[in-house]
Amino acid sequence: MNTIWALAGIVIKELYRRKDFYVLFVLTALITVAAGMVNFFNDPKIVRYVKDICMLLIWISALIIALVTTARQIPAERESRTIFPLLAKPVTRGQFILGKFLGCWLATGMALVVFYIFFAVITGSREQYWPWLMYLQAIWLQWAMLAIVVALALWGSIITAAPSSTTTIGFIAVAGILLIGGHLNTVALHQPQPLQTIFYTIYFLIPHLEWFDIRDRVVYDWGLVSWLDCALATLYAAAFSGLFLLLTWLGFRRKSLNT
Amino acid sequence: MSTILKTEKLRVEFTSGELRHTTKVALAGLDLEVNVGEVFGFLGPNGAGKTTTINVLLGFVPPTRGAAYLFGIDVRQPIARQRIGYLPEMTYYYKFLTAEELLRFYAKIFGISRAETDKRIDQLLKLVELESARKRLIKSYSKGMQQRVGLAQALINNPDLLILDEPTSGLDPLGRMKVREIIQRLKNEGKTVFFSSHELGEVETVCDRVAIINDGELKVTGRVSDLVARHQANLEKAFLDIIGYQTPSAS
Repeated sequence: MNTIWALAGIVIKELYRRKDFYVLFVLTALITVAAGMVNFFNDPKIVRYVKDICMLLIWISALIIALVTTARQIPAERESRTIFPLLAKPVTRGQFILGKFLGCWLATGMALVVFYIFFAVITGSREQYWPWLMYLQAIWLQWAMLAIVVALALWGSIITAAPSSTTTIGFIAVAGILLIGGHLNTVALHQPQPLQTIFYTIYFLIPHLEWFDIRDRVVYDWGLVSWLDCALATLYAAAFSGLFLLLTWLGFRRKSLNT
Repeated sequence: MSTILKTEKLRVEFTSGELRHTTKVALAGLDLEVNVGEVFGFLGPNGAGKTTTINVLLGFVPPTRGAAYLFGIDVRQPIARQRIGYLPEMTYYYKFLTAEELLRFYAKIFGISRAETDKRIDQLLKLVELESARKRLIKSYSKGMQQRVGLAQALINNPDLLILDEPTSGLDPLGRMKVREIIQRLKNEGKTVFFSSHELGEVETVCDRVAIINDGELKVTGRVSDLVARHQANLEKAFLDIIGYQTPSAS
């Protein structure tokens, strides 16, 4: 476990020594503050729009951080050849993959906490209301969803050589699942065969990332999700992350690495 | 003498990705034995199979046939690498870390305690003369400094076997002398050093035994003094004879 933590520590150090996170945070902060200062039509519920915009930006920023950070890990290690002195140590390829996953996931989680603190401060200062448990659930579920995204991007990064391709394909896949993944079964109902079967198969095979999205509950204050549902969602995320990590390991374990 | 590094009929074939045809035999049944406490030079022209051999020993490339062992353990087991240090030819380290952070990271991988890590980092940075630059990011280092960080990381676990892939490549004369001094010092401490090099003068100075390979085959192995005596020439001339190079005057 020491090795996995050591590897994760390097990923986190890399994230805060690079500029990506700061750029995204400043951008999110600027847009949210600007939106919060505008008073549309003297609407007393303007804070809901601010919340909506802020949550959307948090989701997009977190996805970008997760995908960009993860997609470059293994290709960058191979390209800069830092993988050679590393794997010349008693490090298994499984530990290497787990360390990268843990590092990217923790780094994304840390970014998420910073984003949510900012969100709580901005909206709380307007509403004088801080539903901490709701925020905690929203962070936890989003972070669990990002575990799947990180594992998926890691798998993609050993299939496609260029980090930019992995990021783009990953972003399209994740956005596609978030936007239409939940409606595929309804779409399937109106399709002739064999399209119906294909749509249903896709519906049952893809990880349903949209189940982790409780933004509307936060924005409209609809109350907490049951803790049992949270636990089940966590298990679901763990199962899919595990599956993608297994696929990554199977692809990477016998790969020749020539210096 | 006990054997610390061994290869048995080691064969590595690289196949083309599309047609799966054998395109190149990088190693053709290589048998090598390196004993505890010796400095062993691994020589051969470019493309002879030196780096492939090192890649197999470090687990980067699986052998097509045959086997390789470190400390009697199959190199496919990561534990075989617990007591080795490896210095690659070029400097491949995380440039966003400082030398101290890099060494701490590798020490953590070896499970070295914090107190012992602090002690070793101080000793190693002193040995490679990087104490004053320990808090600077590696990206700001010169090539020579990066190679010295490499040497420090290779020694962080106090290895019994050091594998060096052309350790003096690209270094200035001072840097080369420093590396030679360190190899000599490790030898005096009873460590085993296995290194590939094109610097035959250097090999002649520091090595107990050498192996010469060409086209993936072992041509000769033996003591440097024996080779030199047998060919009645210096190591460079002996090397050229062994690999079958015809000098223009001879042809």
